[in-house]
Amino acid sequence: MFYLLSAIIIGFAVLSVTSSKLYRATMYLLFVLIAVSGLYFMLEYNFMGAVQLSVYAGGIMVLFIYAVMMTDKIGEPMRSISNKRKILPVVVTIGTAALAIYAIYSYQGIAATKEATVTTVEQIGSKLLTYEAGGFVLPFEVISILLLAAMIGAIVIAKAKKLVNQEKN
Amino acid sequence: MIEGVSLFEIMSLTTILFFIGIYGFLTRTNLIAMLMSLELMVNAEAINFVAINKYLSPAVLQGQVFSLFIIALAAAETALALAIILHLYRLTTTIDVKEVEELKY
Repeated sequence: MFYLLSAIIIGFAVLSVTSSKLYRATMYLLFVLIAVSGLYFMLEYNFMGAVQLSVYAGGIMVLFIYAVMMTDKIGEPMRSISNKRKILPVVVTIGTAALAIYAIYSYQGIAATKEATVTTVEQIGSKLLTYEAGGFVLPFEVISILLLAAMIGAIVIAKAKKLVNQEKN
Repeated sequence: MIEGVSLFEIMSLTTILFFIGIYGFLTRTNLIAMLMSLELMVNAEAINFVAINKYLSPAVLQGQVFSLFIIALAAAETALALAIILHLYRLTTTIDVKEVEELKY
């Protein structure tokens, strides 16, 4: 099952970065995100799998699809760089990935546990809201302010046409 | 942990996913496509956090909470970046990085 998910993730990720039609690339990215959430479910971290499905495969993909529909001429292939100029990125990424995987496999100091642990929502919730050592209440609050700022910023930027006109006047 | 799958295999998967993202970031010229490659990289990071936490020290939840924060940050970043891209498209009617040079000079 893990290998099936890995094959789906890698195959659709490659399709997503090489497809010449932007809308299809978005759909391939959606498959990658769903397979990643399957990986979280396999790792017994069900809350993260649900968050991945709802936030990524739900929210962010809808944003992407709206952006693609508003900016792209659907069906027309994107402008891409020539095949000759793709040789260097291919060589560099494959070489660096091979080096990184070699470094991972040559590291001996990992003592992995054998016990399967299920992370429950209660554990995550109490970890996020505890004041004691190792609690995450401060980052939790900061990220809520960040999300509010991002929301206001997105609204202001999306409305910026009027603001620009006012500045010109 | 996953039965019969070692940490090395999961980390190989995330490494490959990360470098596919880097390849896309290097070769794409469309801003939305570049942002999608970025999402691939962020996803690889989040899987790495969860997998290492699950395999090495399942008693502490640090890595799993970090991956939640990563998703929240990625959502905020994507929303802002797409708002900027839409505004750029309204100004210049293109989102190709070769042709957008408003900030260049």
